[in-house]
Amino acid sequence: MAKVLMKGNEAIGEAAIRAGCLNYFAYPITPQSEVAEYLAKRMPEVGGVFLQGESEVAVGYMIFGAAGCGERVMTTSSSPGISLMSEALSYIAAAQCPAVFVNIMRGGPGLGGILPSQGDYFQAVKGGGHGDYHLLVFAPDGVQEAVEMTMNAFTLAEKYRGPVMILGDGMIGQMMEPVEFPDNLKSEPSNKDAWATSGMDKRKSDKRNLVRSLFLDPTELNANNLALKAKYVQMKKEEILYEGYNTDLDYKVLIVSYGTMSRVCKTSIDMMKEEGIEVGLLRPRTLFPFPEEAIFKAATRESCKAVISIEMSMGQMVEDVERCVRGQRKVDFYGECGGDIPTPEKIIEVVKGLL
Amino acid sequence: MGKTFSKPEAMSSNMTHYCPGCTHGIVHRLVAEAIDELGIRGRTVGIAPVGCAVLCYNYFDFDFQEAAHGRAPAMATGIKRVRPDLIVFTYQGDGDLASIGMGEIIHAANRGEKFTTIFINNAIYGMTGGQMAPTTMPGQRATTAPTGRDTELTGMPIRMANLLKELVTPGYITRQAVLNPKQINKAKKAIKKAFEYQVANKCFSFVEVISTCPTNWGLTPLDALKWAEDTLLPYYELGDYKIPE
Amino acid sequence: MQTEIKFAGFGGQGILLSAKLLAYAAMKQGFFVAWVPSYGPEMRGGTAYCTVVIGDKRIGSPIIKNPTHLVAMNRPSLEKFANDVKPGGVIMINSSLIPTRSNRTDIIELIVPANDAAIKVGSVKCANIIALSAFAAKAKVVDMEVLRHCVMDEFSAKPKIIPLNMKAFDEGVDIANKS
Repeated sequence: MAKVLMKGNEAIGEAAIRAGCLNYFAYPITPQSEVAEYLAKRMPEVGGVFLQGESEVAVGYMIFGAAGCGERVMTTSSSPGISLMSEALSYIAAAQCPAVFVNIMRGGPGLGGILPSQGDYFQAVKGGGHGDYHLLVFAPDGVQEAVEMTMNAFTLAEKYRGPVMILGDGMIGQMMEPVEFPDNLKSEPSNKDAWATSGMDKRKSDKRNLVRSLFLDPTELNANNLALKAKYVQMKKEEILYEGYNTDLDYKVLIVSYGTMSRVCKTSIDMMKEEGIEVGLLRPRTLFPFPEEAIFKAATRESCKAVISIEMSMGQMVEDVERCVRGQRKVDFYGECGGDIPTPEKIIEVVKGLL
Repeated sequence: MGKTFSKPEAMSSNMTHYCPGCTHGIVHRLVAEAIDELGIRGRTVGIAPVGCAVLCYNYFDFDFQEAAHGRAPAMATGIKRVRPDLIVFTYQGDGDLASIGMGEIIHAANRGEKFTTIFINNAIYGMTGGQMAPTTMPGQRATTAPTGRDTELTGMPIRMANLLKELVTPGYITRQAVLNPKQINKAKKAIKKAFEYQVANKCFSFVEVISTCPTNWGLTPLDALKWAEDTLLPYYELGDYKIPE
Repeated sequence: MQTEIKFAGFGGQGILLSAKLLAYAAMKQGFFVAWVPSYGPEMRGGTAYCTVVIGDKRIGSPIIKNPTHLVAMNRPSLEKFANDVKPGGVIMINSSLIPTRSNRTDIIELIVPANDAAIKVGSVKCANIIALSAFAAKAKVVDMEVLRHCVMDEFSAKPKIIPLNMKAFDEGVDIANKS
């Protein structure tokens, strides 16, 4: 298929449809409302469901209900809205239902601002809602990757029977880039008849299915949590994605950065190369599971003297980077999160300060 | 002589965990009978609330989902929108529906979602141990209103059927009770009618059922029935509040 | 090699569309492109702007402090961004609405009375197309035939207004060539 120029938000909407997701529930919030506007128009064209819920709280449960009966379903929101959906995320994870949540991050805490931010790293990666659960978290760095990750998210949500999050930011949602929609979507055989409340008639079964998260018996609850944990262990084995940039050379500094921020870092790296300074970048493309070993290896390369996590936050991913480096190198941090994305020049200044 | 009485197919054979004199069991049975009579068990999905009926799926035998506190109508919306062929109902108590879930029920009703809500109004929080509900009567004692509900501080009890009736969107809104056999028969008819409206894809349907909670009211089952008759029914008037054209 | 063009003006002047059309043309020629809007509170103030980045490799930072070129459709835009433009770039000034100049000698100033020319062509609404084609002709960032086709495609759903916009496009090129 030919390339088209699309806004990230619209491309994410189209990607869902191309992935066979014909069910979308959402509540408007800047900077991701274009997804809802796009799908309000597109879903009826493809015979799909579009519904604007009364709140993000309600939308979270519309997603839960739809996912519980085994249908592909997605919602999109931005930071404050994701806070409200976090309750449902906890329930959906516990009840083991596949669903796709997109967070086009804006500045926080509180109402914060509407400009790009990466302040929801902890929320996305460490839980957000209550209890022991994780989301599989993708971090695209542009429109094309947002499309591919959105499409794959449905497959993985079904593979792991759990919620998957696309963690983008306002820049990725708002910018236009050329995008190509992959034709061949990988799909795994569905086992949803074993658990989804799709109606006994449809399954031609006498056995009813239950979608629940209440396990009053401690043994049962522990078993459910162990089942969730087993999935996270499997994700760590099979789903880690990352990109190395300028990492085949003898770099003195390793930057760890993701999403929009990593693109600015790449420009800085190119500029420093012209000055004869080699800097490497490791860009996690999944934030959970996190590329722990890849970061350790890249950080402990002999030429590498310092590691720095650069984020549009006040220092969140840096805690995971420190954990991965296991004290073998000093780990620094640089970040801004008012909405002004740090410039390549600023990053060069910071990196040079480490040399 | 053949078998003259048996449990509905839509019910499981599990013993309920409800307290003696509680009317949940009666309403469960009415729902199950209606589902059997309409032959819809194989395409029904129930939604359990948070409250005493959180485990109600143990007493039914068809697909069930379990919602978070108050969110059953949003969940039902999600199911019904993506699978309009399924028959979906929520079973909610007064803390769940009229307190924490007020937003969800109003908007689902106003969108005219084609599902059914069975709303158990017993004027108290049951499972958490007798705290004040939005439906608790003036002066009625609760663990969080030890001297009785003070309407100066907490307002008057919310009449859900009356409130939902005011929405312009068509719907079937009725209030029934299960305090004596006559009422139970009428409640059965109303519940069946509510499902019939859904089967016909007609409208949102809502059956409020005035029930008892002897344990948390501190009354014997018989006294509880009498108290409900004397105190609840004059305030919560029974009857159809809205019928779709 | 990377070229960045900032389009700036009032909301409603069609600059986001002009920028998108330029990005489209560059994409069709096989370049990497990004169209980066500003969507902050400044959208509701004096200036709305966006930046088109065109490159021969994948676009890194979408944040551009010093663009190669500037298309200024109103006075606040020129005042705000003129000094950011890299030496050697083109600054297009919509002289219908901007009585001042950039006061820079290290750039190429392109004076285009976009609104007046648009009125002459048939509608003030196509001032953005005139500005686009005049700028593109001067700065030579994309193939003009490809750009012309992109403009035509854009209005394919409203065939009635294609001739007007094509006339505007040619008028813009004409102004640039004469300047």
